Amino acid sequence: MTDLDHIRNFSIVAHIDHGKSTLADRLIQSTNTVSAREMKEQLLDAMDIERERGITIKANTVRIEYIADNGELYILNLIDTPGHVDFAYEVSRSMHAVEGSLLVVDSTQGVEAQTLANVYQAIDADHEIIPVLNKIDLPASEPQRVKEQIEDVIGIDASDALLVSAKSGLGIHETLEAICKRLPAPTGDRNAPLKAMLVDSWYDSYLGVVVLVRIMDGVMKKNDRVKFMRNGTVHQIDKIGVFRPAMQDVAELGPGEIGFITASIKQVRDTKVGDTITTEKKGTDKALPGFKPSIPVVFCGLFPVDSAEFEDLRDAIEKLALNDASFSYEMETSAALGFGFRCGFLGLLHLEVIRDRLEREYDIELITTAPSVVYHIYMKDGTMQELHNPADMPDLTYVDHIEEPRIKATIMVPDEYLGDVLKLCQDRRGIQLELTYAGTRPLVVYDLPLNEVVFDFYDRLKSVTKGYASFDYQLIGYREDNLVKMQVLVNDEPVDALSMMVHRDRAEMRGRAMCEKLKELIPRHMFKIPIQAAIGGKVIARETLSALRKDVTAKCYGGDATRKRKLLDKQKAGKKKMRQFGKVDIPQEAFISALKMDS
Amino acid sequence: MSEDWRQGGFGLYVHWPFCAAKCPYCDFNSHVARTIDHAAWRNAYAHELERSAAETPGRVLNAIFFGGGTPSLMEPEAVAAVIEAAGRYWTLANDLEVTLEANPGSVEAGRFAAYRDAGVNRVSMGIQALNDRDLARLGRIHSVAEARAAFDIARNCFDRVSFDLIYARQDQTLADWQAELTEALSMAIDHISLYQLTIEQGTAFGDRYNAGKLRGLPHDDLAADMYDATQDICGAHGMSRYEVSNHSRPGSESRHNLIYWHYGDYIGIGPGAHGRLTVGGNRYATEAPRNPQAWLDAVRKASGESERTALSGIEQAQEFLMMGLRLVEGVDPERFAALAGYPLPAKAVSELQDLGMLNVGKTNISVTDQGFNVLNAVLGALLAD
Repeated sequence: MTDLDHIRNFSIVAHIDHGKSTLADRLIQSTNTVSAREMKEQLLDAMDIERERGITIKANTVRIEYIADNGELYILNLIDTPGHVDFAYEVSRSMHAVEGSLLVVDSTQGVEAQTLANVYQAIDADHEIIPVLNKIDLPASEPQRVKEQIEDVIGIDASDALLVSAKSGLGIHETLEAICKRLPAPTGDRNAPLKAMLVDSWYDSYLGVVVLVRIMDGVMKKNDRVKFMRNGTVHQIDKIGVFRPAMQDVAELGPGEIGFITASIKQVRDTKVGDTITTEKKGTDKALPGFKPSIPVVFCGLFPVDSAEFEDLRDAIEKLALNDASFSYEMETSAALGFGFRCGFLGLLHLEVIRDRLEREYDIELITTAPSVVYHIYMKDGTMQELHNPADMPDLTYVDHIEEPRIKATIMVPDEYLGDVLKLCQDRRGIQLELTYAGTRPLVVYDLPLNEVVFDFYDRLKSVTKGYASFDYQLIGYREDNLVKMQVLVNDEPVDALSMMVHRDRAEMRGRAMCEKLKELIPRHMFKIPIQAAIGGKVIARETLSALRKDVTAKCYGGDATRKRKLLDKQKAGKKKMRQFGKVDIPQEAFISALKMDS
Repeated sequence: MSEDWRQGGFGLYVHWPFCAAKCPYCDFNSHVARTIDHAAWRNAYAHELERSAAETPGRVLNAIFFGGGTPSLMEPEAVAAVIEAAGRYWTLANDLEVTLEANPGSVEAGRFAAYRDAGVNRVSMGIQALNDRDLARLGRIHSVAEARAAFDIARNCFDRVSFDLIYARQDQTLADWQAELTEALSMAIDHISLYQLTIEQGTAFGDRYNAGKLRGLPHDDLAADMYDATQDICGAHGMSRYEVSNHSRPGSESRHNLIYWHYGDYIGIGPGAHGRLTVGGNRYATEAPRNPQAWLDAVRKASGESERTALSGIEQAQEFLMMGLRLVEGVDPERFAALAGYPLPAKAVSELQDLGMLNVGKTNISVTDQGFNVLNAVLGALLAD
């Protein structure tokens, strides 16, 4: 155990690519927490997807031992948090487990939208915040301007910001010193009844559920019988330890410390993040306030390309759900796509991450249907239904009105692209809330419908700003609007997986874009195929895919029989990747690509 | 029950793998060699004929085809030796057809009489185009004048002369093709093969096409119009289509090629040659090494066959249908069912009939004019599962 005065718990707040993971790596490395042999880039990002995309998805923890200039040994616990808005909830709970934050800003770029969102979470959690200007060794570095920007935009004192180059190691020693000197020590009473915060939990195939805890009061030891206060379940601690960043057993965890326990817990769902853990006997009766649960905001259908793989998909989804309580799923049947699952996600990145993991870790090819948000359908009888899937839209004669989720989007963008960004937001039914300047960079705040954002808003934003915009959002509630369900008919047959909710004023435009796109994506058949978009019974857009005119092998003699037969097998394999609608084969990529708009 | 191949007949294909120059569109197994050991090739063919004959005793041979490459570069003695050996091993049909593919150059034309004396009774000439600019673009080493001269020699030597043209060429208009085809038909005797230019991967044209440098090729609609015009013009000249790309006067069809399309048995000898052979109740697909030297070496060791795969009933049924529907006469659905063990899918057949792609009779199914244009899609629908 370590006395409270020598413990510092902190997290790092940064925008993607501003060097958070590199800084964490340097802190770990320069304190010899990990031997040079074991050192690899982005130590804390354990998942392949995290390393590849350079993002952090799950919170990760490491305990660093540091002998400060005053000769005393400090225990530094770093919780590395995800930067992306989809995982804001993970960020917020991690923030409540620590007392301070390093605010890392790329000194060549300045403050970005994501930085803002996360730093406000740190402020909400009463953190002491140390500004760190990274990439200070680059010629484009402008520390003075960025300091002013931090003061202007975030409103914290940046006069003694640390000047660091995580890449070259410059300023790492000063950072470690600042953590010891400037961040507050945790408080807590070793003699009080045990009170521990359940910060996070995940499934490990060898150990079962691993629970990340922060001890507030009291002491936790191996073999203790502990109670999870929310539902009163009792477990015996099998294993207790800390992350360095590999698991290392310890005898006990005392106040202010962060570590893990395992206790023969089978499912992540049995552990509630934010729950309070105490001893079974003589425990505390004062639970921590807890966190509000995260709720999925984006839904889509996931179907196996090969319908024989449905059971494999079910197994894979169940396994993933063991580890990620924030994603929801229920079985779905589609006339077009067969059996699959309607899944709920925290956001689009979360959706992509889960889909990638299913495809990669479980080797299942998937068809992903149009992402949809949760609509509130108010019925004439006064009840309200949540609509997760446009295909389930009730008969309009019973519907009074429809409300849709709205977000507050914060976008920071270089001046020269401001006009394009404003136009994009306006096109997406946005309402401008703010247009200010963060230093020299415009900061735009828009009230936008989430459904306009889930399709391709982020892609469009990146493309109109050549990647220079940063974007963050939070849900702000529901509002009524003139929303309709648009159906797509291919060869006069409705394709349920392509129906979507749209704003009435945008329906023609969306319908036209969709029909044009499908015309490109569906291969020509032996007959002509009308492609229509319709609202109710009314067709609002139409394209015709003309019939295939020429597809015949000119030469076919004795030597070609085998080749032709193999070609046919290949065609058949290709056809397996299509879905049949009446007489029309629709390639699976159509289900996603058709929803992306070019302008 | 008699073996299925008997409904198609029995043929011998001999592959000569050498050309004077490689054409940029050609994906056949052809090679340009500085020197050729003609004696070695003659011995190898003899060895392979003997080996094949041992497996097919007592059969009647309907046709022999010398293909390539450029078999008109073969020494007439080698051609004679093959034909002579075939006569020793099998009973030759009364109407035995012996075709040799020939380049319409002056050198080859000088050998036509010798080929005739060796037993060749039909030549198929690769004229390909009737204007010099396009011949050059197609990488052909002959001129139109040379081709016409060679053709005249051929028709004096042989009763049956066919020639090939390639159309849907770069920058060719519909009117260009109509004029060229009409001119060609005025030369034609009893048979003509008209191929739409197909860009094959692994050829010089394929590489140029992939690099975006093969411009002026007709889009699908123009290609379809050209194909339709071809049928109209040939029909008017009494040279109707009997197969996707082959036209003849009635009774002058290529008997050897009909063996393929009627899904008979054929022995394939020479580098890269394929065969279909029914032995001991199984039908095998045979293949030979593609490289000329590798083939010679294999023959010297034991056999020029590199692979022999037994075809399942379903695979045979698929091949039967893919080949048979290329013919205007169509196929007998009973033969498909006997091979596959199940009939043609009724739903697909009636849908294709409704679309105007198939003529469906009790004992015969054939492709309509409209169906010929999209035969691959028709076959795909019929053989979907």
